[in-house]
Parts: sequence; C-alpha cells; structure tokens
Amino acid sequence: MMNAASDDAMGTGADDAMGAGADGPMGSGADGPMGAETVAGGGGGLDTAFFVAWLEEAAGEIARQRDRLTELDAAIGDADHGTNLDRGFSEVLRALRETPPASPAQALMAAGATLIRRVGGASGPLYGSAFRQMGKALDSGEAPGTAVTPAAFAEAFGAGVVAVERLGKAAAGDKTMIDALAPAARALAQTVRDGLGTGEALARAARAAADGARATVPMTARRGRASYLGERSVGHEDPGAASSALIVAALTTAASRTAAG
Amino acid sequence: MVGVVLVAHSAGLAEETAALARGIAGETVPVTAAGGTEDGGLGTSVDLVERAMRAADQGDGLVLIADLGSSVLTARLVEEPGRVVLADVPFVEGAIAAAVAASADLPLEAVLEAAEEARGFRKLT
Repeated sequence: MMNAASDDAMGTGADDAMGAGADGPMGSGADGPMGAETVAGGGGGLDTAFFVAWLEEAAGEIARQRDRLTELDAAIGDADHGTNLDRGFSEVLRALRETPPASPAQALMAAGATLIRRVGGASGPLYGSAFRQMGKALDSGEAPGTAVTPAAFAEAFGAGVVAVERLGKAAAGDKTMIDALAPAARALAQTVRDGLGTGEALARAARAAADGARATVPMTARRGRASYLGERSVGHEDPGAASSALIVAALTTAASRTAAG
Repeated sequence: MVGVVLVAHSAGLAEETAALARGIAGETVPVTAAGGTEDGGLGTSVDLVERAMRAADQGDGLVLIADLGSSVLTARLVEEPGRVVLADVPFVEGAIAAAVAASADLPLEAVLEAAEEARGFRKLT
C-alpha cells in the first residue's frame, strides 16, 4: 500500500509543515449565500445532495478505474488498491442508502466511518480519517439540510488533508496521496480567496490533484511498501495519489449533476 | 493486569505471536490477536481489533503492538491516551517484552516503556 507509517525515521515533525490550505484567512461560513439551492457555479451553497452525489461519483469512477489502480499498485505496492477502494466505496453507497444523511457533515462522517471499517488496507484509515475530519469540520450543529459555503468546504477539505498527513506521517514529495490532495486543498483555498465561483473552484482543485498525481511518477517513495523499493519506485505513478485525483475530480461531476438536477 | 493486543496483517502471524508471548510470559497475561481481515485475507480490520481489545481488557489499560502499514494506522485510530496506547517497536520483540512486563503486574506506562525498550535490543552484540 502507499503511505504506511511503520517507521519513525521519516516524516515526523513534517506534519504541520504544509498547511494544506486549511489555515488561510477564510471565515467559515461568513460569506456567500446560504440556502437550499445546490451548487451552480456562482458561489452558492453545497448541500447534502451534492455531497451524496460526490461520494456516488467517486464510487463510480473508482469502480471504473479499479483495474488501473490495482495495476499501479502492482508495480510498487501489493496490488490491492483498486479492489480495496472499490469494496470500501461500495459499502459507503450502501451505508448512505440505508441511512440517508440529513446534512453534509453526516454524509461525510458516515463515509469516513465506513471506509475505516471496510477497506482493510492503509487507504481505509487514511481516506476514512480524511472524510471523517471533513465531516467534523462541517458539523456546526446547524439545522439539517443547511448547505455549506464554498469557503467552509475549502477549509474542511484542508482539515481532511491535514488528518491524512498526521495519521500517515507523510509530507509533500513522499510519493503518496498527499501529493494529489495537498495541491487540491491549496487550489480550493486560493479560489475562495480570489472569489471565484464554486464550479471554477472545484475544476481547479481537480486539475491540481491530477497534476499532483502525475508529478509522483519521478518521485522516490518514502512511505509505505513502495519505500522499500527505493529508487526502483521511480517511474511509477503512486496509486494513492491516482485514487485521490479521481476522488477530487468527482467533485466536478457531482457539481454539474446536482446543478443539472 | 495490562492487556496486550497484537495487530498484524495476517491472522496466523498475530495468533502465533500471541501464543509465543503467552508461552514466555505466562498464560495468565491477557494477550489477544487481531490479524488479517474479517474474511481471512491479509490486511487489518477495525472490528477484529476492537474485539481483541475487549477480550484483553481487564480495566488496567491496553498496549497495542502492530506489525506495519495499515495495522499501524488502524491501531493509531483506536488509541485512547492513558488507556489504550500503541508501542513503537518491532512486532515479535515488542509483543514479548510487553507481555513479560504485564505479567509482573506493572502499570500501563511501565509496560509501554518495556515494550519500547525492545526497539533497541541487539541480537549479536
């Protein structure tokens, strides 16, 4: 798997070095119209339906790309990333169907808890912690159904990335999911500071994550099983960064779907 | 008595290491195993870890020993400061050191310390 944390020689102390866009001057929920409307690209609120759509789109894309993720993992990992994540996200969809979430926070926390319990590989605790932390960050005790602002989402996304960094003791350049997630968090935070619309914000995050995943190809792995390969991990895209890019890209398909619906 | 919970990628590794630790430390020490996934594959299951934690819990705290990767990440998620702690130590050496320390009825901090001392054990010098 990518990003295991079994030794203490690397990464410690680097947890907080990246910021991951979570510490910008963003007031949570202070700006942007709030309400029941779904994302439309104009800085509107992101409601529960959007977050459910995000998880559904992520699950669908992971299912479609399951074999590619597993092939990437076969090159430098233990060849189970696609299978593990597909199983985990299928369980997420089942959990959302069985207990429809009443808020964005509930949707994300349910996804996180399910991934932690059902994946079995390192990606379960890592993605699970990310979604759970995002949910906690959005859990303001507001009335169910209240949409969150793009600024609040950017901040929550950054908090989720920090949770991954802390749990996995990974930093930028270690050839892990952080190399896709941290640029996405920075892009989201920047679009909020620049006052761009939600659609543009999510598109930029998706591009940043995809670029970040591709940038792991020449890197030498410093975490997880791939780190035992040393220089021989060079030339392969990190499977965790690749799945992270898919999950972030699903934000944009979810946005167009919920805006259209 | 402090409980020792072994978290590993395979059920066989966890169970046999637990048997070894009990054999060396004494059968009274609550050493439990959480190895592999629930369907018997390689990996880690939070449900199995929590079950092993309940089985080893005599109220005096738990020391977790994990092999690597997802076992370490999962163990970190179930840590409770002052009650459930993860030792940063090789798997077999840490399991035996923790079990022996627990058998002497040492408190949680001392069992954790004994386990972590095993990290520096040399075998040839």
